[in-house]
Amino acid sequence: MTAPSESRTGGSSPQDSTEGRVYDVGGADWDDVVAAAQSPDFQSSDERMVVNMGPQHPSTHGVLRLILTLDGETVTELRPVIGYLHTGIEKNMEFRTWTQGVTFCTRADYLAPLFNEAAYCLAVEKLLGVEAEIPERATVLRVLLMELNRIGSHLTAVGTFGLEIGATTVFIYGMREREKTLDLLELITGLRMNNAYIRPGGVSQDLPAGAIERLREYVRIMPGLLGEIRALFDAAPVFLARTKNVAYLDVTGCMALGVTGPILRAAGLPWDLRKSQPYCGYETYEFDVPTRTTCDAYGRYIVRMDEMEQSLRIIAQCVDRLSGVPIGSQPVMIEDKKIGWPAKLALGPDGLGNSPDHIAHIMSQSMEALIHHFKLVTEGFRVPAGQSYVGVESPRGELGCHAVSDGGTRPYRVHLRDPSFTNLQSVSVMAEGGLVADVIVAVASIDPVLGGVDR
Amino acid sequence: MGIEDKLPSGVLLTTVEQLVGYARKSSVWPATFGLACCAIELMSTGGPRHDLARFGMERASNTPRQADLMIVAGRVSQKMAPVLRQIYDQMSEPKWVISMGVCASSGGMFNNYAIVQGVDHIVPVDIYLPGCPPRPEMLLDAIVKLHDRIQNMKLGVDREREVTELEEARLRRLPLEPSLAQPERAGIGTRTDLPYPAQQDLLQPEGVHEAGWPR
Amino acid sequence: MAEVTSQGGENDQQNGATDPAAIAGRERLAEQVQRTGMFGAGDTGDTSGYGGLKVRRAPLLASPRPYGSYFDELADSLESAMNAAGTSYDAAIPLVVVSNGELTLYVRREHLLSVASQLRDHPDLSFEMCLGVSGVHYPDDAGAELHAVYHLLSITHNRRVRVEVTAPDADPHVPSLVDIYPTNDWHERETWDFFGLIFDGHPALTRIEMPDDWRGHPQRKDYPLGGIPVEYRGATIPPPDERRSYE
Repeated sequence: MTAPSESRTGGSSPQDSTEGRVYDVGGADWDDVVAAAQSPDFQSSDERMVVNMGPQHPSTHGVLRLILTLDGETVTELRPVIGYLHTGIEKNMEFRTWTQGVTFCTRADYLAPLFNEAAYCLAVEKLLGVEAEIPERATVLRVLLMELNRIGSHLTAVGTFGLEIGATTVFIYGMREREKTLDLLELITGLRMNNAYIRPGGVSQDLPAGAIERLREYVRIMPGLLGEIRALFDAAPVFLARTKNVAYLDVTGCMALGVTGPILRAAGLPWDLRKSQPYCGYETYEFDVPTRTTCDAYGRYIVRMDEMEQSLRIIAQCVDRLSGVPIGSQPVMIEDKKIGWPAKLALGPDGLGNSPDHIAHIMSQSMEALIHHFKLVTEGFRVPAGQSYVGVESPRGELGCHAVSDGGTRPYRVHLRDPSFTNLQSVSVMAEGGLVADVIVAVASIDPVLGGVDR
Repeated sequence: MGIEDKLPSGVLLTTVEQLVGYARKSSVWPATFGLACCAIELMSTGGPRHDLARFGMERASNTPRQADLMIVAGRVSQKMAPVLRQIYDQMSEPKWVISMGVCASSGGMFNNYAIVQGVDHIVPVDIYLPGCPPRPEMLLDAIVKLHDRIQNMKLGVDREREVTELEEARLRRLPLEPSLAQPERAGIGTRTDLPYPAQQDLLQPEGVHEAGWPR
Repeated sequence: MAEVTSQGGENDQQNGATDPAAIAGRERLAEQVQRTGMFGAGDTGDTSGYGGLKVRRAPLLASPRPYGSYFDELADSLESAMNAAGTSYDAAIPLVVVSNGELTLYVRREHLLSVASQLRDHPDLSFEMCLGVSGVHYPDDAGAELHAVYHLLSITHNRRVRVEVTAPDADPHVPSLVDIYPTNDWHERETWDFFGLIFDGHPALTRIEMPDDWRGHPQRKDYPLGGIPVEYRGATIPPPDERRSYE
C-alpha cells in the first residue's frame, strides 16, 4: 500500500509485518481502510485462505468435500472432492444375475431409486430385444412410480435447499409431503426407498387393493400442499436475495459441461428426454416441460416446483389408465416365462409373503413352471451379447445405463451415467468468483445425490 | 471426569447414576453422520411425522465436539473411514454410536473392496440397527433402547467393575453359547419350546444388562 | 474374442469367401474352447461339470449398409466431413456396428480427436453433448483389452451415437477429449481410476473415486471383488466372487 506521505489523523496505511499485513485503525479513517482493502494489491497471495468443507458437513448433500480457496469472502477456487461414498455398485453387479442387479443399481441415486431401476431394466430389455413385449400395465405402472419418485425427490431437493440456507420450515413441509409420497410407494412397492420394484420384463407385482383410491386422494390434496411451499418461498425476500443471480450457468456452459435436467431447463433449453426421446410410453401423456431463462438458483427452484405439478398431471393420467380394469386381470410381467420373474408376493397364512398360490402352482400343477422358476432363481435368464445405452429423465438430469452383455446370466459391465456426477463438475464454474454463502446455494441448486456421484 | 471419581459406591451412587443417566438420555445431541440412503431415512425421522424432537434430538450438533451420539447412517467407504474415526475422536465422553442400517453394521449387501464391512471395525458401536434402510420407527426404537442403556449406565467404581465383568464374560464366551441376555427385559426369546437357543434381541449386541464397551 | 473384421473387400476375395459371416464362422471354429477344472473340481464342490467351461464369445460383425433409421445419413455426413478435413473415414473408423437400434462407431485412437471434433462442430452432425466415458475391460480381446465408450447426444437433431475406442493393456493410452467436450474431465478421471486407461492430454488425471493412494484399478476383470467371508454363528458364506456359479 503506497501513499505514505498523506497526512491523516490516525494513519491507516497498512504495515507489512511478520504477521502479514497489519492495519492500524485510529478512527475517522474508515474510508481509507475500505479503499485499501479494495485496491488491487490487496489481492496478494498471502491473503488467501484454503478452507476445507466436508466431507462431513451439514450443508452438503451427502459426503462431498469442497476445498475452497478464499480471498476474504470471495471464492477464488473451488475444488470438489468426491469418492467418499464409492460403493463399487457397478462391479458388484458383475457378480449377480441380471435380476439381482436391480437391487444394486437402485441404491446408486438413492433419492430416485426407481429411475435407476428403470434405466437399467430398459437397457436390459433392449439387449433382450423384448421392448415390445413388456405389458402395457407394467409400463403404466413404471411411469406412475417414476413420477411419484420424481415428486419425492424434488421435495427433498427443495426441502434440503431451504434447510441449507437456513429456512427450516421448508424442510419440514417438504418432509411432510414426502411422507405422503413414501406412503404410496410403500403401498405399491412394499418399501419406502430402494424398492426393487421395476425388474427386467416388467414390474414385480400389481397394485394392491385400495391403491387407486389412495392415489386419487393424493392427486387431489398435493397441489394445495405444494401451494403452501410456494406461498412460503416463491416471493420471500430473503430467499430471493440468496438465490437470484446466484450460481449462474448458461446454456453454453451446460452444453460444454454435459449438464442436463433442471439446470439446463432453468437456462432456457426445454430439453426433456420424456418429450424428445420418449420411453415407457411418455409420448402418450400430456404434460409440459417447465423452463426458465434466468440460469440461476432461483430459476432451478421454480423449475423443480413446476415439474412437481406436471408430475401430478401425469400421475392423474396414469391412475385413469390403471383404474379401468380390475387389479390382477392384466399381467405386469412379460409373458415369456424364461425371462419374467415368476413369483408374486402375497400374504400367506403365517403372515409372511411367500406367494402360496405360486408355490402350489409350481409344486403340484406345472413342471415347466417349476423348471422355469428354478432356472430363473438360480441362474437367471441369459441376455444376448451386445451393448446398449438407455437414458431416462431422472429428477436430476439424464440418467443413463450402459449395459454390456457377453451372452451370460450376469452383466459383463454396467455403467450408470449418473446426472449428479456430471452436474457436480459445474459447481466450480458456478461458485468461483462468488461468496462463500453462494457455494452452499450452488451445491443445493444442483441437487447432487452423492450415492449417484460415487456409485 | 471429576465427579465420577469422587463418588463412593453404594446406594448413594445408584441414585446418582439414575439421576445422571436420566439427565444424559434426555439431552442427547446427535452428530449425524448421514452418508447414504439411511441418511434420508434419518432426515425423515427428524421430519414431522416421526419426530426426533420428541427426545430433544432434533438439534443435531454440527460440530462433533458438542455431540453425544454418532448415528452412522449409511455405507462407509474406505475413503470415508479415516474421516469417520476423526469425527469420533473429536467427540467427548460420554459418547455412543448407533450404526444405522446394514451397511454400517456389517457392510450390508456390499461385500466388496470399497466398503468397510461394518463400522465396528473403526469405532465401537452400542446399537446395531439393521434395515436397508431401516424405517424411521426402527430408528426411534433403536434410540429408545439406547436411552435405556444410557439411563442404566453405571458410574465410577461400579462402572469399572462392570467393564471388567463384561470383558471377562466376553473372553470366556464360546461361539454358539447364548449370551447373558435377560430375556424378560428384551421381551422376546422367552419361549422354551423352540429347539434353538433363545433369540437375542437383534438390535443389541448383548442384553440390556451390559452397557457399552470396556474403555 | 476374434479380431475385429474389416468391412468386406479385398481380403475376402483373396481367401475365396464372400461375406464377413463366413469369415467369422471360420475364425470361430478355429478358436479353441478352453475347458478347465471340469469334473471333479476340488474347491467349490460344484460337480455339475460346468464350473470351468469358458464359453467363446461371438465375434463382432460389421453391419452392412444400409444401416437404417438416421444412421446412414449420419455416417455419410461424418464421412464427408472427415474427408473434407483431410482424414480418411475408412482409416479412422474400421468398424461400424448397428445393433439394438444404436449406432456404434469404432474409432482408431489416433483419430479420435479429429472424429470427435467433426462430430461436434459439423452442422449436420452437431453432437453438442457428450454423456461421458464408460470403460470396459475385455481381457480376452488380445490387443484391444481396454475399451472407452463415449455416448454422444445431438440436441439439435435429437440423435445419439456411440463412439468406441480400444487400447491394449500394454499401451493403455487414449487421447483425452476434455478440450472438445469439457464434461469428460471427471469421467476420464473415473475411467483411469477404475481401469487404468490413461487419457493423454487430460489436465489432471488423478484418482477420483478411490482414495488417492489406492493401488490397482478396481473395475478391471483381473481385480478381485474384494469381499470377505460372511460369518454366521457356526458357518461362513464365501464372498460373492468365490461362490458357486450357476452360469
